[in-house]
Amino acid sequence: MRITTTVNGEQRQVDDVWEGESLLYVLRERMALPGSKNACEQGECGACTVYLDHVPVCACLVAAGQADGREIVTVEGLQVEGELHPVQRAFVEAGAVQCGFCTPGLVVATHDLLERSGQPSDPEIREALAGNLCRCTGYEKILDAVHLAADRLSTSEKQ
Amino acid sequence: MDFLRPDSWADALAAKAEHPDAVPIAGGTDVMVELNFDRRRPAALLDLTRVDDLSQWYQQDGLVRLGAGVTFARLISELGDQLPGLAMASRTVGSPQIRNRGTVGGNLGTASPAGDAHPALLAAGAEVEVESVRGSRRMPVSDFYVGVKRNALEPDELIRAVWIAPATGPQQYSKIGTRNAMVIAVCAFGLALHPSRKTVGTGIGSAAPTPRVAAQAGTFAANALEEAGLWESRGELPPSLAQEFAEQVQAAASPIDDIRGSAAYRLLSLSVMARRCLVWAWTDYRKAA
Repeated sequence: MRITTTVNGEQRQVDDVWEGESLLYVLRERMALPGSKNACEQGECGACTVYLDHVPVCACLVAAGQADGREIVTVEGLQVEGELHPVQRAFVEAGAVQCGFCTPGLVVATHDLLERSGQPSDPEIREALAGNLCRCTGYEKILDAVHLAADRLSTSEKQ
Repeated sequence: MDFLRPDSWADALAAKAEHPDAVPIAGGTDVMVELNFDRRRPAALLDLTRVDDLSQWYQQDGLVRLGAGVTFARLISELGDQLPGLAMASRTVGSPQIRNRGTVGGNLGTASPAGDAHPALLAAGAEVEVESVRGSRRMPVSDFYVGVKRNALEPDELIRAVWIAPATGPQQYSKIGTRNAMVIAVCAFGLALHPSRKTVGTGIGSAAPTPRVAAQAGTFAANALEEAGLWESRGELPPSLAQEFAEQVQAAASPIDDIRGSAAYRLLSLSVMARRCLVWAWTDYRKAA
């Protein structure tokens, strides 16, 4: 079947999509957007987190056909004019990236959290990122990164 | 495989009548797992996310009519005051990403004994509205669960809505798992005090082939509260009452040993959760005076 979606602001159309395949497969294998990662395929790890109509979801659990006509933003779409988004920069600088596999999902989930909450507390961060597993960092550096991004975003808003 | 995408309820019913073997999909948090792991190859998927009617909720006849496609995230943000037990259960579902997609209708469709919404629906005395091109029917949610992962739907029927009375008293929910997030229940318990009717609603999750009420336990607690005049006095809950209630909840369960926990552990934790839920709810009831 044919799927037409808006991905990172661009209209994309793909053909010959199998009816049972996931949005994640379409993004990675048919649209050359490998930022969203494929790990658990059951919504446990959050590495495939993308925005679907502005709501963060696991792309592995969205049927391709459900995304037809919808608006998707992946981790690739968070950059601003070719520069890393402040959330992405904070992850790099805080040492929140080790193997990096969970990073795209965590970046999208953090981006969503900071859209809603300017200076989240540690418990709020842990709750918001509860669906994103990281097996390297022990999460402390990730919390540091979220706080760093929150500080910078709130400072840039004041300017 | 066909991918059916009706954009109205009438079209959805027509599609299900024409393709009774089509698997309905809403949030996809159960169905897509089965597809991704090659556990299921249905002849067709019936996407319900374009049927606006399913994602609405409103009050009618003094009840909340909750469309089957309302997500757990919206239940938490929009219905926490009216349906506190179900909102508490919803907060224990998966993760933010899962709660953004998963629906009460999906929980009912999957009919897993471990579905998080079930104990809260049972305790609140919810009714399920199902429909086909042949007509519509409503049944108590306790009649909807008919076996392990089996529900009362006919092949041409779809779940349309759940009808739940807004809470008239405190409600509680408790779930045991290996961590707080992203966890399937080892077992769960829901409780609702209905002071206007002087009844106590209960729901047991993941400790029997289906979600089920602990009917005798509820009747016992309601009667004991009545005999002691506690509904009116809002006096302290006698520890012996809570203990007896917990034992009767335990007696209503018939758990098995499985990978998530032993039957013995489930029985023990269920009695602890039952006692705690009653104490918590009663404490709230006393404070509300």
